[in-house]
Amino acid sequence: MTTTTVRDDTARALAGGEAPRRWGAWYIAEHRIRAMKGYAGDALFQSFGNPLIYLFALGVGLASLVPQGVGDVSYLQFVAPALMATAAMTVTANETSYPIMMGFKWNPIFYGMNASPITGGQIVSGMMIHIALRAFVTVAIYFGIIVLFGAVPSALGWLSIGTATLTGMAIGVLISTYTSTIEEDRGQMAMLQRFGIMPLFLFSGTFFPLEQLPVWLQPIGWISPLWHGTEIGRVLTYGAAEPLWLTVTHVGYLATLFIVGLWATRKHFVRRLNK
Amino acid sequence: MSQPVISARQLTKTYGDFTAVAGIDFEVAPGESFGLLGPNGAGKSTTMRMVGAVSTRTSGELNILGLDPNDHGPDIRSQLGVVPQQDNLDQELRVRDNLLVYGRYFGLPRRLVAERADALLEFAQLTDRKKAKVDDLSGGMKRRLTIARALINEPRILLLDEPTTGLDPQARHILWDRLFRLKEQGTTLVLTTHYMDEAEQLCDRLVVVDKGSIMAEGSPASLIREYSSREVLEVRFGSDKNAEAAERMAGVGDRLEVLPDRILVYSENGEAALERITSLGLEPITSLVRRSSLEDVFLRLTGRSLIE
Repeated sequence: MTTTTVRDDTARALAGGEAPRRWGAWYIAEHRIRAMKGYAGDALFQSFGNPLIYLFALGVGLASLVPQGVGDVSYLQFVAPALMATAAMTVTANETSYPIMMGFKWNPIFYGMNASPITGGQIVSGMMIHIALRAFVTVAIYFGIIVLFGAVPSALGWLSIGTATLTGMAIGVLISTYTSTIEEDRGQMAMLQRFGIMPLFLFSGTFFPLEQLPVWLQPIGWISPLWHGTEIGRVLTYGAAEPLWLTVTHVGYLATLFIVGLWATRKHFVRRLNK
Repeated sequence: MSQPVISARQLTKTYGDFTAVAGIDFEVAPGESFGLLGPNGAGKSTTMRMVGAVSTRTSGELNILGLDPNDHGPDIRSQLGVVPQQDNLDQELRVRDNLLVYGRYFGLPRRLVAERADALLEFAQLTDRKKAKVDDLSGGMKRRLTIARALINEPRILLLDEPTTGLDPQARHILWDRLFRLKEQGTTLVLTTHYMDEAEQLCDRLVVVDKGSIMAEGSPASLIREYSSREVLEVRFGSDKNAEAAERMAGVGDRLEVLPDRILVYSENGEAALERITSLGLEPITSLVRRSSLEDVFLRLTGRSLIE
């Protein structure tokens, strides 16, 4: 047994807190990536399987009913960037719904993390780093497949991997803002899927231009992060015509949602973990 | 006492109108094994969460390893090991992986974490289960894994909140043995429990807590000496006859405690007290003479039983 004074302990504590203060979020991301070992196969299969199914069904099947395409591009080219952004949303919505609730309730790992030098805010950031990585990989695979389908004529198309990921994250942090407050499971997740994710998917100019909707339904698209993400994707993958200010607005809107959602989620985590 | 590693002065925590911890004072010396004994809802876990630098105090002073947790939460937590009341291992990870990811939270290099993980699995007698899923472990094994996880950073202070609640007697004894070894190695232990035998086994010194306040403080033996007699005679006459019998037993022993199912006679000599009772013409259905315990101390201090 070594004898140490409290002064030694204080010095040891101040030194011990340094690395976690700086890198805590990355340690959490590392944990979540390690936990993927259990479902990496499924995740990868989804990343390849989903785009193939959607592209065949919509880009090839439904497209045959729209031989004139949309505007100047084929239906496949029109729908591909929307599907990419939707894929990102699917990943982030999955990762920010049950896993967040579980981390507080059924597999309460957040309390364990919070008992270490990691803070509530870092837990959120770490979770989001992992989710962003997952969304990024999924979207990148999607993009590769879309390229193979010949749906990306623009040289700037690859930038849409980033914007689709941002779209997914903007939606993800909004969901986590809500799910981090849920104490009891009363079917909120199913409601979120039915009345949140599904309408977003259907009314965000995914399958047809937003202008096709009656004027009174169009605001759903304007507030929908998915619509903004899809529109940037169209600008980048096939050069859809739109004023620059609008493209900037799309990016600004998504970035704002992401920052506000991240801030709110962090606040909820800290409040809940440090009661 | 050498300079304390934990020092609390008028430590208070309120949630709205409810006072969970009502201005308690205590100190814990380095290497000491310190216990908070009290029933459920006494404020033990809230105190532990404040000492664990996760719950912010409402008022009072708290100093851990020379630092204020309000300003130095992560620094303090880097030197703590925490075994919570409810296991929070990651069920999505396997046994050894739980230790590996947790070690990283402290900024420890991967190789060092791996070495410590293997040593701790040995200590927790879980080496042969290192690739098992957490869900497949028994309750006792999960507790041992949680303790192993809490030791991955070689903490100066180990906080244990109800470490053996819900475990069978054998699992409890294995756990006590592991904790006793840590104590021998000089780790400061702070534990809460509502099991008097656990407190007697593990604590050098303890405070009896009830309704957020400290009722008494001392070593298990000194508390028993101060608040109870050497022996206790437990007699049963049947639940409808206990009260009547107790009236007739007035004056037997130092003190009587009438419980719904039995009467406790506090006395320096339990056998002699039993002889007195029979000489009064009373015939208990059962009788038992035992040593006084912390349960008796608690009963004396609060008028209630620890486990209700």
